[in-house]
Amino acid sequence: MDIFIQQIVNGLVLGSIYALVALGYTMVYGIMGLINFAHGEVVMIGALTALSVINKLAGSGLPGPVVVLAGLAVAVPVCMATGFIIERIAYRPLRHAPRLAPLITAIGVSILLQQVAMLFWGRNYHTFPAVLPSAPHQIFGAALTDVQIIIVLLAAATMSGLWLLVNRTRLGRAMRATSEHPAIASLMGVDVNRIIAFTFVLGSALAALAGVMVSANYSTAHYHMGFLLGLKAFTAAVLGGIGNLGGAMLGGVLLGIIESLGAGYIGDLTNFCWWSNHLPGGTGAGLCEQFGDRGFLGSNYKDIFAFFVLILVLVFRPSGLMGEKVAERA
Amino acid sequence: MSEVLLAANGISKNFGGVRALANVSLTIGKGEIYGLIGPNGAGKTTFFNVLTGLYTADAGSVTLSGRALNLGQPHEVVRAGIARTFQNIRLFANMTALENVMVGRHTKSRAGVWGAVTASRATRAEEAAIVARAHTLLKYVGIDARANDLARNLPYGDQRRLEIARALATEPGLLALDEPAAGMNASETAALRELIAGLRSDGITILLIEHDVKLVMGLCDRVAVLDYGEKIAEATPEAVQRDPRVIEAYLGGPVE
Repeated sequence: MDIFIQQIVNGLVLGSIYALVALGYTMVYGIMGLINFAHGEVVMIGALTALSVINKLAGSGLPGPVVVLAGLAVAVPVCMATGFIIERIAYRPLRHAPRLAPLITAIGVSILLQQVAMLFWGRNYHTFPAVLPSAPHQIFGAALTDVQIIIVLLAAATMSGLWLLVNRTRLGRAMRATSEHPAIASLMGVDVNRIIAFTFVLGSALAALAGVMVSANYSTAHYHMGFLLGLKAFTAAVLGGIGNLGGAMLGGVLLGIIESLGAGYIGDLTNFCWWSNHLPGGTGAGLCEQFGDRGFLGSNYKDIFAFFVLILVLVFRPSGLMGEKVAERA
Repeated sequence: MSEVLLAANGISKNFGGVRALANVSLTIGKGEIYGLIGPNGAGKTTFFNVLTGLYTADAGSVTLSGRALNLGQPHEVVRAGIARTFQNIRLFANMTALENVMVGRHTKSRAGVWGAVTASRATRAEEAAIVARAHTLLKYVGIDARANDLARNLPYGDQRRLEIARALATEPGLLALDEPAAGMNASETAALRELIAGLRSDGITILLIEHDVKLVMGLCDRVAVLDYGEKIAEATPEAVQRDPRVIEAYLGGPVE
């Protein structure tokens, strides 16, 4: 039972990060029908930028939280600028091109950003210095660090803020109007180009935050981290219903929990002895003897769950949990 | 005709080899209701689309109150004071009626990122003013009771009214209505006619595309007739109805 609660808690932390990244995918998709595969790379740039700053300041005697905030304060504008430039250079010229063109471009941008990051930060793993308290609290038998608590709370606060921005402000109305009918929104005086640029910048700011969180949570960052993270966040967005903000949040948290539980139990689930102990009549005891008391797959196979979920969603509910009409656009 | 509000000069537009508009010029006076009629495919909606910046004209220019419009930039055209409705209703279907009108206030408000983040007093006051104005406009077109319904759930006639309210929210000098009576029954059309007449008495100039001959003849001060992208007549409704070229355009041959 302790493992179960522990994995739920870990999943919630991981899911909060996925949700923040998934929001970037879903906002851009909602507003221009583009899947920005370079978004994971923006997260990576956020993480590495923040780590560079944090490592510089780590020995300065400043308090840990201040150091991390300084890293975040540099990473956010760097990512916002990256998002703005990507949209301007790579996507805007293709606004009216066939759908495949911007998609391929997105993959190209993703590779480009990875290579630039590799030149800039090298191929090594960068470690997150021990500037934050790491002594865990015990909650319902699960260990939870301050960092993890802050990740969940900060993600929740950020997402509430985003929800208010989109649903309660002039800018948010313009975004929703653009997402429904760009041409009609422009006839109401909305400068569609500005709204699209703003959407990219906003998504990139969330990506920067997620990048700092992910590197703080795993204590590491490297130039290649954005690829898998981006694909998983994309999966979360699809799971929730791409284009739907609430869906991205729900999908992110769900995916985090699924992955975390999967990682926690995959050893048992691929172990014949575990099955023979749990199935009535000890079914499979022979197999247990033959293969020994060990799982075929360990928790390093945790990544398969995200893609298993992606396949299930695409087969059985392509519009996602909260989405309505994807078929029309896909 | 009094003071000129809108002057279109030599507008031409081709789609591939198809000539949609050929050297169309017209002027609309301040306070007029100006009708634009013609057989299907004559170029009426294309003219609207050029005028409101959705299409870029191949040639020609438009001035509004003497100032040249930046055609091809819809958000600048609406800022200059032209608003429109659509032949096929184009509301923001997943937003409420109120929110649709509030989007129309975009050019008349300014809160940006900073205001949204800080929720400053000025931003909140502006937002409250937008809401109040939107309610006023919904009352004006007679659908304020449905302010919080999603636009897609409104009955057809109300959707048309909502489009007009949304267009009015931009405070246009010229309101362009593209077949506002299309699909309406007789009583809805009568109510629409009253609404349009009321708009004029409130000082709004109207450019009207309409197939309902009775509505056009009863409302318009002057009518222009397009045929195959050319303006073939421009006169009072009575004179246009007697114009042999107009009759030929509609009936497809000289009338014996």
